Amino acid sequence: MIKVLFFASFREQLNCEQLSLEEGEYSALLSELKRQLAEKGDAWREVMMSDRTLVAINQNMTRQDVTLRSGDEVAFFPPVTGG
Amino acid sequence: MEHVQLTFDPLDVNEVTRHVTSASCGAISLFIGTTRDNFEGQQVVRLEYEAYDSMAEKEMQKICHEMRDKWPQLQNIAIVHRLGLVPVTEASIIVAASSPHRKDSLEAIHWAIDALKASVPIWKKEIYEEGSSAWKENKECKWKNDES
Repeated sequence: MIKVLFFASFREQLNCEQLSLEEGEYSALLSELKRQLAEKGDAWREVMMSDRTLVAINQNMTRQDVTLRSGDEVAFFPPVTGG
Repeated sequence: MEHVQLTFDPLDVNEVTRHVTSASCGAISLFIGTTRDNFEGQQVVRLEYEAYDSMAEKEMQKICHEMRDKWPQLQNIAIVHRLGLVPVTEASIIVAASSPHRKDSLEAIHWAIDALKASVPIWKKEIYEEGSSAWKENKECKWKNDES
């Protein structure tokens, strides 16, 4: 199972804070997961395909297309604006 | 010693100062970020902050470690970020550090607030007087794709 998290404007735009995907419900590659989530609707496609969208896996930023493993936590969020 | 914290409570400058105070240090430097009442001509009534808690704490710890690498003389460091509603004039962030002499802690906290704004997964939303709101965009985010 993997956990997928959404923050800030994405959380509002998708009306979703968190998803759990069981083994078999998600694709192995991050890029495939994004394509899969993009099919859920227009707002999802916008977030998944935007080059503004940042991704962290297990709390580490990633720009590469990585293989997802059970237990992974994938987070999608906009550019950070703390401080 | 490093004290890194996310809290929904109002920030207490005295408490943060106590975290970094050290008998072997002659300097404590402190930065406080507060909610400003305006942005691009609009009246802001408050900011709302949201965090990816586990990752934000990790990134704040990384910042502390980098501060020590760059300024080995630093004694204690504290970074505290408030979450939720932060009304105008109230503090959203305090970065503090102590060092034997003032140059190190002054430079270190300047670097630290810039680093925090670039990399810590926290987001702010501006709430305007007439009720509308907007999620802010930092120019400083280091992961923005168009800056790579």
